Amino acid sequence: MPGNTIKKILARREAALVILLVILLIPITIRSPQFISARNISTILNDMAILAIVAIGEFFVILSNGIDLSVGSVIAFTGMACGLINEANQAIGAVPLLFVGMGIGLMMGLLNGVLVAYGKIPPIITTLGTVNIYRGLTFLLSGNQWVTAHELAPSYIAFPRVTFLGVSLLLWIAFLVIVIFYYFSRFTRTGREIYAIGGNPTAAKFVGVNESRIRVVVFVISGTLSGLAGALWTARYASAVNEMATGFEMQAVAACVLGGVNFAGGAGAITGVVLGTLFLGVVTNALPVVYLSVFWQTFVQGLIILVALTLNTLSDRRKHARLLAQRRAS
Amino acid sequence: MNQPLVKVQNLTKVFPGIRALDDVRLEVRCGEVHALIGENGAGKSTLVKILTGVYQPTSGKVFLEGEEVTFRNAIAAQEAGIVAIHQEASMFPELSVTENIYMGHHVRHPKTRKLDWKQMRKETQELLARMQLSINPDTLVKNLSVAQRHMVEIAKALSLDAKLVIMDEPTSALTDREVEDLYRIVRQLKAEGKAILFISHKFSEIFTICDYYTVLRDGQYIGEGRIDRSSEDDIIRMMIGRSIDQLYPDHTPSWGKEILRVDSLCQLGAFRNVSFTLREGEILGLFGLIGAGRSEVARTIFGVDKASGGTITFEGKSFMPKSPYDAMKSGIALVPEDRQRQGLILKMSLTHNISLPVLDALSWKRSVTQKKEEETYVLDHGERMEIRAAGYHVDAETLSGGNQQKVVLAKWIGTEPKVLILDEPTKGIDVATKAAVHEFICEMAKRGVAIILISSELPEVIGISDRILVMHEGRQTAILDKSEANAESVMRWAISTEEMDNAW
Repeated sequence: MPGNTIKKILARREAALVILLVILLIPITIRSPQFISARNISTILNDMAILAIVAIGEFFVILSNGIDLSVGSVIAFTGMACGLINEANQAIGAVPLLFVGMGIGLMMGLLNGVLVAYGKIPPIITTLGTVNIYRGLTFLLSGNQWVTAHELAPSYIAFPRVTFLGVSLLLWIAFLVIVIFYYFSRFTRTGREIYAIGGNPTAAKFVGVNESRIRVVVFVISGTLSGLAGALWTARYASAVNEMATGFEMQAVAACVLGGVNFAGGAGAITGVVLGTLFLGVVTNALPVVYLSVFWQTFVQGLIILVALTLNTLSDRRKHARLLAQRRAS
Repeated sequence: MNQPLVKVQNLTKVFPGIRALDDVRLEVRCGEVHALIGENGAGKSTLVKILTGVYQPTSGKVFLEGEEVTFRNAIAAQEAGIVAIHQEASMFPELSVTENIYMGHHVRHPKTRKLDWKQMRKETQELLARMQLSINPDTLVKNLSVAQRHMVEIAKALSLDAKLVIMDEPTSALTDREVEDLYRIVRQLKAEGKAILFISHKFSEIFTICDYYTVLRDGQYIGEGRIDRSSEDDIIRMMIGRSIDQLYPDHTPSWGKEILRVDSLCQLGAFRNVSFTLREGEILGLFGLIGAGRSEVARTIFGVDKASGGTITFEGKSFMPKSPYDAMKSGIALVPEDRQRQGLILKMSLTHNISLPVLDALSWKRSVTQKKEEETYVLDHGERMEIRAAGYHVDAETLSGGNQQKVVLAKWIGTEPKVLILDEPTKGIDVATKAAVHEFICEMAKRGVAIILISSELPEVIGISDRILVMHEGRQTAILDKSEANAESVMRWAISTEEMDNAW
């Protein structure tokens, strides 16, 4: 029985990721021991905090068998809006701006969700449209100008770096988001219904799950979290640029895929997404250590996604073969 | 007569857990229209799939023009001259008639090796002319009517120089005029010396167009004969043949008050003028052959599809559910036919599957799930259905078909429905599980639940139902009391073209 339990734990994606992380860290640490210094680890975590927040939003959309390609543009628009507000009125500080970001993001996600749920437009098409619309709106809003560091209030810029109990506020926020949505996904009816709709929309409808509501909910979550990420982005990078977070949706999707989330919906867990994000962060940070130029970064990321997807498919196929054999035997 | 074109000998096909064909024989001669007759699940499609190379037989032989053949795949069968006319499945709607006909066997220019569309278009035109069809070879298939698509499929078979053309329910979507057209072409094919294997549930058609027939039942060969020397009664007897030897749970009806009244319910293109009443604790069987519209009636009462006419009265009040959610809230449950596609969420655990319909009631303030309550609930209902699994935490996809069906049923007991609709609840499951399902149905009825049982298994419907509503091609042909229902009477109404006068 204990052997079985160990097998079960090892079969999980989370375990595989932890093991891979350790394997990856050994040569890197030998090469450059300061890689696992407290300072560097804190840098990696802070770098990945925003991605973790966005990836969790993306997770729910993918879980419902959709995809949200608009997250990068939502970040840009909300980040720009927060930057402009802060520039115009420096008295409006970080905390209200976080809520402004979430509010705007919520509306943008709502539009995506309504188009998908009631307009019956496939998520990939809907968000392929809105990714451009939201980016265009960003340019219109800013008049193609940047908001630079010295135009922002120092308190806003400092906000993500303020530490509480030795941990930055940025990390605290990411941590809070992870905990809240872990709880949401595991212990609420709506969370369960997202799994159901993603796993089999027909069967879910037959037991009375309101499909349209679920589709709206997942996009609202994704939009709201991207809005939060936008407000944090402008503060952390001390500027609001029209092109910010371009292509960020791909990183969010990558984190989910790496974390073992089923691309066809219905299976996956927040813990996997968090580990997937962490894995991406370590790899990105380790590249300079092994003297690979940052230009290799996107290349390596793409490679990782392909490998992860191939592994997902292979293990699925193995599982089905095993199931078939079991059924034949019985 | 001369040597048969196709001869099937001792053909057996075994799938895991089921013997789909058992020692079947079949002989089809050139210039003959041969009807393949049998109830749903008699093994007709399996036989067709073996003839067309989709399945390989477990044992037995197939001869074509006297020589033994084995088709490794569908293309091999096509090349040998056996072509099945599918219902649209193999059409490419965005391509033209010519492109569709020559898909997979393009003609190349002898010199340039380029695709010779001019030649193919010319040949298509000739084919269509030969069939006396006025279809433009350049028309996109999506712009053709269903009947025209069918004709194009047949033209394709001709272009492949088919010797045996298999038509599976070719008239199901055609109007009377179009059926006449089809007959004309079938007769022409026959005159050209082709053999036609004709699968149909409509006796009127079989007696109009076919020369010979073979009857299958439960995967076995029952008999064959000439149509002009047989009567409908003979064939019906062969179709149902078996005695109702299975034991069904003792069900003494104890009916309460009327709970559901359906009056002239219609859905365009699916069924029309369906009327019945249902009392508490009553089991109403719904019988009909494929295409009769039984599932569609159920889906409409459950709010999946919209009715185009008629009324439903539920508990004395007018009732027209807009969604399954609506129907469920009122107390109507539907256990759908296709377990894997409609009944279960395969990637979810048994616990989560079973609790899903009642999750709001099990949750704190209807929103936060409670592990303990959920597990107790699932254990309670799961044990009643005697689900065999490694535990309730395993995913539904790991179970066998029979156990999956038990999970589906367990899912619905707890919703405490007032009306429970079961669509083919015993399809594809083993005998022991079947008995458990029958017991479940009778127990629910005893508790006062009104039940609509849709089933293609005649003995099952007759064995459990208090009354049986019989449908044919979207029309209600009869409602029979238990006393007047036997295999013969039910089957007679299931193939009847008469419409019942609108009275109970």
